[in-house]
Amino acid sequence: MSTLLEVRDLKTYFYTKLGVVRAVDGISFTVGAGKTIGIVGESGCGKSVTALSIMGLIRPPGKIAGGEVLYHHNGKIIDLLKLDPQGKQMRSIRGNEIAMIFQEPMTSMNPVFTIGTQIMESIILHQHLNKHEAREKAIEMLHKVGIPLPEQRVDEYPHQLSGGMLQRSMIAMALSCHPSLLIADEPTTALDVTIQAQVLDLIMNLRNELNTSIIIITHDLGIVAGLVDEVIVMYLGRAIEKSNVRNVFHDPKHPYTQGLMDSVPSITESGQKLRFIDGVVPHLLDVPPGCGFEPRCSKAMEICKKSAPLLKEMTPDHWVACWLYQEG
Amino acid sequence: MPNDNILLEVNNLKKYYPIYKGIFRRINAYVKAVDGFNLFIKEGETLGLVGESGCGKTTAGRTILRLIEPTEGVILFRPKERVDGMEKCQEINVATASNKQMKDLRRNMQIIYQDPYSSLDSRMTIESIIGEPLLVHGVSKAKEREEQVRDLLIEVGMDPDYMNRYPHEFSGGQRQRIAIARVLALRPQLIIADEPVSALDVSIKAQILNLLKSLQSEFNLTYLFISHDLAVVRHICDRVAVMYLGKIVELASTNELFDNLKHPYTEALMSAIPVPDPNYRVKRILLEGDVPSPVNPPPGCNFHPRCRYAKEICKTEVPIYQDLNNKHFVTCHFAGTLSLKPVQRR
Repeated sequence: MSTLLEVRDLKTYFYTKLGVVRAVDGISFTVGAGKTIGIVGESGCGKSVTALSIMGLIRPPGKIAGGEVLYHHNGKIIDLLKLDPQGKQMRSIRGNEIAMIFQEPMTSMNPVFTIGTQIMESIILHQHLNKHEAREKAIEMLHKVGIPLPEQRVDEYPHQLSGGMLQRSMIAMALSCHPSLLIADEPTTALDVTIQAQVLDLIMNLRNELNTSIIIITHDLGIVAGLVDEVIVMYLGRAIEKSNVRNVFHDPKHPYTQGLMDSVPSITESGQKLRFIDGVVPHLLDVPPGCGFEPRCSKAMEICKKSAPLLKEMTPDHWVACWLYQEG
Repeated sequence: MPNDNILLEVNNLKKYYPIYKGIFRRINAYVKAVDGFNLFIKEGETLGLVGESGCGKTTAGRTILRLIEPTEGVILFRPKERVDGMEKCQEINVATASNKQMKDLRRNMQIIYQDPYSSLDSRMTIESIIGEPLLVHGVSKAKEREEQVRDLLIEVGMDPDYMNRYPHEFSGGQRQRIAIARVLALRPQLIIADEPVSALDVSIKAQILNLLKSLQSEFNLTYLFISHDLAVVRHICDRVAVMYLGKIVELASTNELFDNLKHPYTEALMSAIPVPDPNYRVKRILLEGDVPSPVNPPPGCNFHPRCRYAKEICKTEVPIYQDLNNKHFVTCHFAGTLSLKPVQRR
């Protein structure tokens, strides 16, 4: 398996008036060519900031505080964090080789331009086609993502399309330059289940067809189970468990992952009382000194209050950050 | 009374919104948000109302409370009242009740909204938010009220010392608890919960669902639980109604609906749900396209353009809402004859 992207010890901090928010605090993972990675966690755990950091889209007061994002490109290895976010090289990678789908299709499209214009923009910029060719290409992409009457839709404005169709157009835009990596940040959260099923099906088909690597960010464990090869569970800016999808779902090790799995109501059985995780996610300005999950953890020990466990390989390819499985 | 344990009965409820056109603002067409809606809820029961966005579930819920004026239909509400130690039951048609009657009724029917970030007034303290219904209905004096708010906060699992704080100091789950405390303040019998957990994180969602369940058994509450999440509905509801384009297409007890579903739309909806298990592979039934516009719904059966079993009759004739057997209601021409796939058990 050839590696496409390596994230090593990435740290993204936000320097606010009230203190430093460690949104992403040392996360590492590898994306293989043609592989799909899922990043799971609750709101505020740093999953979206991870994606934006890779894309070089962090704005002040946010700052990349450390780490490397190594992008393997034609035998060369480029550290994306070393590039000027507004510079020529980063701009030729962003949107062209690494593309992103955002959560809310309604707000991430520009309402005053037609769908076609917005898709053509990246095609003209990256593929150096003229306007006429770019328009043809845009229609072709809209057709590919299953939008009926693409010749007509290409000239319509975002408000004329439904949520599902807009998300399809976003996917068309993201894939129009055949990126090698697609980052999908909660791509179906704003959509209905039946439309969600359509969009997930579309992403899967396009992945098989174009062999694109995908990082999918979501809080919905159901989406992850059916779609990805590897799962990273995040809590308070750190990866707390990382393994292939079967291990994480059938043999979760970290108490947080176990709690998360238990608190999902199942469609296949009508349960009585749901088990749940006590308490709430701590505020990022007020992170516990030891393990971030310690105040909510039912298995917490003395050591958990003092120092944070590192992500270690417990069994082959199953990484867990928990003192239950480590020596102090 | 023959059916004295039925708390709410809705018959042929309709809500049409006119669309005006031209300089004379002539009525051009109607958005049929709720179009002939029948159901009943027994006392102490949870009825789920599911469907995709735009199918009219929220409109239906609000019309039942008469937060929106119904265009047509009967909403019979039978609250129980204690007079001199005797339980008295009265029957009122909410659709035609006078303003004064409505004010009394509202003590017995309340609503929990979806988004706790916008449903709580950010300028009011928790005490005044929860105490407001008590004040409006003249239930208690200021001193007493403080004590009641304290008790309500304990009931929903929060620290009563938070009374003087403001909503922005709380997380989504805590805000939803505050909203629930406000709803409980008047001890209502019917609570319409409009997507109460959709805006919450997974681990918090489970906390709130458990809270709703335990409050129900404690205070004998009746819920109309509006949701788009079928897994949540399966967990919390006794019976479930599935809505499509302003109409109920299927209504049955929860187990019956999940094990023995009869409507093609329900089948597609069920198969679309992602299951959190990597070994679980079902062939999803993908519905083509979007929900049609309620301004111009398709003729015949509303669902026929997206239905894989549609035949000629579906394009022309509107199917009736019929009881198959043991209170399993379906709106489909081929309700008894199709063999549909239920949700598979692991």
